[in-house]
Amino acid sequence: MNYFDHSLSDIHEQLVKKEITSEDLTKETLSNIHEVDNDINAFITIDDEGALAKAKKADEKGIDADNLLSGMPVAIKDNLVTKGLKTTAASKILENFKPIYTATAVEKLEALNAVNVGKTNMDEFAMGGSTENSAFKITHNPWDTTKVPGGSSGGSAASVAAGEVLVALGSDTGGSIRQPASFNGVVGMKPTYGRVSRWGLIAFGSSLDQIGPITRNVADNATVLNAISGHDTHDMTSSTKDVPDFTSTLNSGVKGLRIGIPKEFMAAGINDDVKKVVLDAAETYKKLGATVEEVSLPHTKYGVAAYYIISSSEASSNLQRFDGIRYGHRSQDAKNLEELYVKSRSEGFGDEVKRRIMLGTFSLSAGFYDAYFKKAAQVRTLMINDFTNAFKDFDLILAPTAPTPAYGIGEDVSDPMTMYMNDVLTLPVNLAGLPGMSIPAGFSNGLPVGVQLIGRPYDELTIYQAGNAFEQSTDFHKQTPKMGGNN
Amino acid sequence: MSEQISEDQVKHVAELAKLKIDDDQLPYFTTQLDKIIGLFETLSEVDTDGVEPTSSVTDQLNTMREDVADNWNQREELLANAPDAEKGYIKVPSIIDESGDNE
Repeated sequence: MNYFDHSLSDIHEQLVKKEITSEDLTKETLSNIHEVDNDINAFITIDDEGALAKAKKADEKGIDADNLLSGMPVAIKDNLVTKGLKTTAASKILENFKPIYTATAVEKLEALNAVNVGKTNMDEFAMGGSTENSAFKITHNPWDTTKVPGGSSGGSAASVAAGEVLVALGSDTGGSIRQPASFNGVVGMKPTYGRVSRWGLIAFGSSLDQIGPITRNVADNATVLNAISGHDTHDMTSSTKDVPDFTSTLNSGVKGLRIGIPKEFMAAGINDDVKKVVLDAAETYKKLGATVEEVSLPHTKYGVAAYYIISSSEASSNLQRFDGIRYGHRSQDAKNLEELYVKSRSEGFGDEVKRRIMLGTFSLSAGFYDAYFKKAAQVRTLMINDFTNAFKDFDLILAPTAPTPAYGIGEDVSDPMTMYMNDVLTLPVNLAGLPGMSIPAGFSNGLPVGVQLIGRPYDELTIYQAGNAFEQSTDFHKQTPKMGGNN
Repeated sequence: MSEQISEDQVKHVAELAKLKIDDDQLPYFTTQLDKIIGLFETLSEVDTDGVEPTSSVTDQLNTMREDVADNWNQREELLANAPDAEKGYIKVPSIIDESGDNE
């Protein structure tokens, strides 16, 4: 079966009423994935055996009527470690890596008896925006298989868009949940920094990384964030703040809500169709009773530079652990320890990862630290101040998620600068640690276009509320790709 | 050809990062890094006098937990991930250079 016309609540109802068991649902889900993935390549690993065992266990425990994730198949990005199940971060250096523990966010889903069906494709170590940097396979956009699914959580977003699962977890360091959500016509939330424990997320930029849900609709997304949020003693940056029920205000509407559109996000370089989708969304919000006005985030144009210095610096430090000694790829022709490090890393990492490590090493090196890393960290402060000022007058920011719809496979991959500029609209949210969500809001030449809702720190509630209000008065989220004549 | 970073500097940075860039790949990496570092230079336009740098946006000061081991006793599983292991130890090549090149 595919999940095109379904949501968590209607599948859950079938499970509760025993119209289907979790085991049969999982079997059908897996068989559909095996078929659909011939064209889409969303998964690096499909875990038939593990998934069926978990589904059986969920059936034995009994489907909990109050838990929408009970017995529900889900997919997990392959940079979240899963005990005993191969976890590669789409890198050759981790090609055969089997973790000995499970990431907290995944553990929380499994504690609710969700069924992990497999690990999704991504850009190597989450570095990229098209999933073309995977060492293993190219994922295709279900709406047009000649297009990229975005990235780095391209496999997760494509698996949801292709109807393979209702829920996938992704991670977002500079837009890696929101941009693929936009490219695939699905809902992707990057929560506030600290909302979800990063324990077990293979680190890229530790001050920027967050795990979040990708789903077909806003309500499902809120349900999954409820499940994975909360403090974790294993991650000292995970917040001790109370976690509200993110579904509690879904139907409260947007009357009186003050929405700002940053003029810098609508400037040159943004595709005309994308701009129109944002302006149409603004009209919808006005009709629903919100006010929409222009706001300024003056340091936006420096975001790409600040982000690539900070994220690459953090990456160069985080990726030092891959040395060919304790786990991961080891070069076969090293004569001494130094050569073992250098050859294992040089053989194991792809070009984009090498570029980032070198950019980070350069930015942190003696003589350049003040001009690059420190300067970027100061610009980050100014960007945070921009948002703080904007949120004095506005409750929510509305913006395009990505400058363009999905582009062609192979189009951008040769020029890293073009790739980096594509992140200009998403990475300010990571630098400021804010929550941001992309929701389907229109189409351009048959390809989905998302808009981004950005909230105050820890105010995912308002984002979900506004996201759901938009979804209830539009039908973009109900449209499905026409793949191989299947629907 | 380059203004921000030279081929020699790229080689040096790669060395610091324990990476080897082959000579025929050097112009390719240098051109790309040069362009990106050129973009980094635009930050010099921003007046940051007296601005505190932000290294993290966490609101947590510190997190304490009991100092007890969890998820332990997995020696076999851990060693199974090691590229080379024997008798409960991870094997590495000798640390002293045996190639003779540096003798």
